[in-house]
Amino acid sequence: MQNWDRYVEPFFQHVLLTVVSVTIGFVIAAAMAVVAHRRRRLNGPLVGFTEALFTIPSASAFLLLLPFTGFGTVSAVIALTAYSLNAMLRSMVTGLAGVPEDIKDAARGMGLTERQLLWRVEMPLALPEIFAGLRIASVTTVGLATLAFLIGAGGLGESIESQISFKSNVVVAGGLCVLLAIALDLLIRSVQRATTPWVRARLT
Amino acid sequence: MTSTLAVVQQFVDAFRYVFVGGESVTGGVQVGGAELIPLLRNHLVLSFVSVAVAIVIAVPLGLVLGHTRRAEFLAINISSAGRAVPPLALIGFFIAYIGVGFDAFGLVLVLLAIPPILTSTYVATTQIEPDTVDAARGMGLTEGQIVRQVELPLGLPTTFSGIRIATVAVVATATIAPFASVRTLGLPILFPNVHGPAGQLGASVLVAVLTLAISAGLGALQKAITPRGLKTVAPERRRGLFANLRRRTQTT
Repeated sequence: MQNWDRYVEPFFQHVLLTVVSVTIGFVIAAAMAVVAHRRRRLNGPLVGFTEALFTIPSASAFLLLLPFTGFGTVSAVIALTAYSLNAMLRSMVTGLAGVPEDIKDAARGMGLTERQLLWRVEMPLALPEIFAGLRIASVTTVGLATLAFLIGAGGLGESIESQISFKSNVVVAGGLCVLLAIALDLLIRSVQRATTPWVRARLT
Repeated sequence: MTSTLAVVQQFVDAFRYVFVGGESVTGGVQVGGAELIPLLRNHLVLSFVSVAVAIVIAVPLGLVLGHTRRAEFLAINISSAGRAVPPLALIGFFIAYIGVGFDAFGLVLVLLAIPPILTSTYVATTQIEPDTVDAARGMGLTEGQIVRQVELPLGLPTTFSGIRIATVAVVATATIAPFASVRTLGLPILFPNVHGPAGQLGASVLVAVLTLAISAGLGALQKAITPRGLKTVAPERRRGLFANLRRRTQTT
């Protein structure tokens, strides 16, 4: 247990990488989703673009940024943000498309403008989907951030890699990754419960 | 921030590494260029074998579970559970407890590929119209025939989307196989002390292009194998054309 200190700094770096990237990714994905929702024609290209970003292996994505942004946390955050877009954009688009036409008609009939309709009706009704995407993105980002050490951004991956054949090290560092993913998932679930009290059905 | 010229120069060096090659940083050994071909072959063989093994395990299992509607919770949630385990942690675990090499790393990739294939096969099977299955049963097909001749072909596009996701993940993860002493295209990425920064960048570009090409190729294949009966007008477009019409008739 005297080695516990070794994992504290990488753990918090890992949390930082994940939270910052997913937060920035959420904002960008939301903006993209609104654009895709307004202009249906852009839906395919936008989703396709984020999918292509997601396809690039993380090991190579981190290093592709090296000539542009150099070693460090900034490069790692850029790559992780790009990865988080796909899951969140997809779920937002699905959520917004799933709002029943009748409800939108009713809202229009009550005199809501398109903007009010989006923020007061469509977004809240799409929340379960949006949260589902946020959870997928967070859990995936925790996994992808294990390779952030390749670009000098540390994290738990560095702890795993530095002594990869030392059993208890791998178990502790790897276990912390899994626990972090589960903790984030549970945290977002509880926020979801609190913000969508009308959804009493089982969360998917 | 480095200047534009320096960035261009780095990419020029990277391309020279990929297409021409040169001496390693440590000296004496030839790296890059033609030396990348065995790495590419290892990369593809390792990925292909792992995905094939995962398909052989996950598709029949998904079909049977989907047909009998058993273990829904497991079949649906295994892919989210799988996502929570980072590949690097899994690899570390295997290296520490089982060892290094082609078989050990292949096993990691199989474990990585099974969840998306299993979930997509299960979902594909359960999404088939119950009427279709009943009709097949009424025509005298045995349960085995229903699974093979009705549920498998009708679910194929969805199943294949899972296979595509798994393949892309496997090819991407095979990049870090050199940690387990398997020489794939990740070698120059993980060992820049031998291959130099040009090798690292060159291999990164190569791996990115490889995965994008495989993903696009499988996407085209997915379209090609979709049974003609399932190829209808894209639902979004159809909604766009007729939804307005219907709405107008409803509201007036």
